[in-house]
Amino acid sequence: MIYLQLFYEFFKTGLFAVGGGLATLPFLNDMADRTGWFTRAQLADMLAVSESTPGPIGVNMATYVGFTTAGIPGAVIATLGLITPSVIIILIVAAFLRAFRDSKYVGSAFYGLRPASTAMVAAAGIGVALLTLVHTEKTFGLGFFNWPGVALAAVILVLTRWVKPTKSQHPIVFIAASAVVGVIFRF
Amino acid sequence: MSELLQLFLTFAKVGVMTFGGGMAMLPILQREVVENKGWATDEELTDYFAIGQCTPGIIAVNTATFIGQKRRGILGGIVSTLGMVFPSLVIITALAGLITNFSHLSWVQHAFAGIRVCVCVLIFNAVVKLWKSAVHDVWGGVIFAAVLALTLFTSLSPIVYVLLAALAGILIQTLGGGRK
Repeated sequence: MIYLQLFYEFFKTGLFAVGGGLATLPFLNDMADRTGWFTRAQLADMLAVSESTPGPIGVNMATYVGFTTAGIPGAVIATLGLITPSVIIILIVAAFLRAFRDSKYVGSAFYGLRPASTAMVAAAGIGVALLTLVHTEKTFGLGFFNWPGVALAAVILVLTRWVKPTKSQHPIVFIAASAVVGVIFRF
Repeated sequence: MSELLQLFLTFAKVGVMTFGGGMAMLPILQREVVENKGWATDEELTDYFAIGQCTPGIIAVNTATFIGQKRRGILGGIVSTLGMVFPSLVIITALAGLITNFSHLSWVQHAFAGIRVCVCVLIFNAVVKLWKSAVHDVWGGVIFAAVLALTLFTSLSPIVYVLLAALAGILIQTLGGGRK
């Protein structure tokens, strides 16, 4: 029963992904490997669309993956699966707000969780980079790198981190520009 | 208009106006929820946001649930959250259908190849930002390095790392290590 499976997979993601939108990415990678519902390459495209459309990234990703897997009902069920644990947890936390905020153990658990969450997002990023910036079938020499891709990445990196006027632009600007570059230079 | 309907519509509006979620949402929530509706104070909103960040799940969803339940109890929490995700459902479903229909065109494939390069950089930037708020001392760095290596070279479920990292955090701080 695909719908039940979708709900269960996204319920788990919603329960364990800590730290906002991109934190769901490692779970979706894992889901792609185990279920075969979609590929990691498709996931990278979905991420781009999710960053360029309104709404929280995590919710957009769930909707997109659900739609790809099982159409419109899949989109609804994946999204509901993702948000159900949040709703339950927050309703419980709201009842014990003060105790939660002042708990030593909650603070310590998150002291360990945050670096782990960051590392998992980094690993997911390395995965996308391997897919995009190198030709993994060639192991040696200059042909290993996809040079046009590396050059574009370098330009975007500089523009998003160090050039004042472009630094604060919304990601959608860079995504749109990259699409144009991709079409012109036939990536 | 019943307050439940207002909760749904207000959060749907916030959902439409938020690109990227998380922190990008705070100013919009401030305007809609604090200034226009008076449903929460600035302090409460900051509290909800902080707790939303350190509970599992999507921050935007957590914050919507919080404000909704404060106004109208459990039902309010559920309705607000559904309002928040409603625009995503409509917009993504419509777009996904379109993209699937055009994905065989070569220029669409070239466009997405370019976009994927951009996604790499955006993830890198997100990691740098996360690192600044997540890793404060040597122990944080150790946990980061360990989880990164394990994720890259094994195929364990991310759930394992989440549970182990939480446990490690409690152990390290209980035994007196790490910055408080």
